[in-house]
Amino acid sequence: MPEEVMSPGSPAGQFNEELLIRRIRDGENDLFYELIRPYERRVYSAALAILRNEADAEDAAQEAVLKALKHIRQFRAEARFSTWLIQIVINEARMRKRKEHAHMIEPIVDHQDDEGNYTPRDFADWREIPSETLERKEVRQKLAEALASLGEKYREVFVLRDMQHLSIEETAKALRISTASVKTRLLRARLMLRDLLAPGFDGNWSSKLSFAKGTKPW
Amino acid sequence: MVVNCEQVWREISNYLEGDIEPNLRAAIEEHFRGCKHCTAVLDGTRNVIQLYGDERMVEVPLGFSHRLHRRLEENMASGRRSFLGWMVAAAAAILVAGGFEMGRSSVFSHPELRSDHAQPGSGVPPDMMVVVSEEGKTFHVPGCPFIHDKARLRTIAAREAIREGYAPCVRCMRKYLSASLISPSASADSEAQVSGSGNPNLRIKRG
Repeated sequence: MPEEVMSPGSPAGQFNEELLIRRIRDGENDLFYELIRPYERRVYSAALAILRNEADAEDAAQEAVLKALKHIRQFRAEARFSTWLIQIVINEARMRKRKEHAHMIEPIVDHQDDEGNYTPRDFADWREIPSETLERKEVRQKLAEALASLGEKYREVFVLRDMQHLSIEETAKALRISTASVKTRLLRARLMLRDLLAPGFDGNWSSKLSFAKGTKPW
Repeated sequence: MVVNCEQVWREISNYLEGDIEPNLRAAIEEHFRGCKHCTAVLDGTRNVIQLYGDERMVEVPLGFSHRLHRRLEENMASGRRSFLGWMVAAAAAILVAGGFEMGRSSVFSHPELRSDHAQPGSGVPPDMMVVVSEEGKTFHVPGCPFIHDKARLRTIAAREAIREGYAPCVRCMRKYLSASLISPSASADSEAQVSGSGNPNLRIKRG
């Protein structure tokens, strides 16, 4: 069967997933590998978004997957398996963060009030579609650094909605906050990242990689 | 409807989500036509969403998948081992409990008797009031002539006497004792005697 037909989000993929879950619940634990394979990247990136450290993120991702296997019987079919899984990852990562990094000082942007308006600082024109630049490692690195510089509450919402592609409602449920808070934080996260990444006045985004030379906060 | 830059920034995320009233959408689009700054913010925000939404954005560490599967495999193997261990423990517990129950039914259902030769008083009505003496080994119907130590008698329920290890007097309690230890004729005789009189003393005297 072609891969796109069996992708987790497709109806066939959904059916396959339900079947797998049923069989795992009936004792075929070995099938769990197959169930989580499409989500490995998402599990890791969700953990990384919170922990901001590769080794911690990998460990938390593994632990979360083990917990998902252990509690697979508690999964209710009304939620998407991916949402349920990501929620477990978020909980695991948050728990570790509380335990291990309680002493860390949060970035200053974390203290901004949700209710206050955010005013963009940079009005540089940015019309280029720069997706192809993601092939470059230093670009990915800079994007990761910009994301890591956001306060946790903005980063979590942004990662779940814009990187994990959860809906607003699913994001709210995963983080146990209201949909209104998700929308407010998402707006701020997007605008802050835009400010951090906006190109120079020449409008060329990739040439703005000169931000590596120190023209941006990081 | 006319909107200013601040209103546009506040709604720009909802605008990109398509989560906005048609009138407001139209007003914002009208604003974009005349405002370079807001158009730059719109394009930049859209680019942010597009860049970070690309799955190439997250680089999974080399060997992540392999290590994850190995950890799962170890976990499942230890789960199977602990399940086996649990089964063995459960079987052992059942055996121990069964043995204990068997022992209880054969040995501990009756307290240790004060007399090696007596029969347990299992047939005696538990609420029946009986007489025991401190030094004696048997309990009796009040007035039984076979009570040895008449000075230190206590009247207690048969259940208590049995619990304290007293055995029923084979004379005055004869009708409650096991038929197997008594000859059929004696038993019939005893029944006749008891039915003829409620006073065991009389029966004993007659016998």
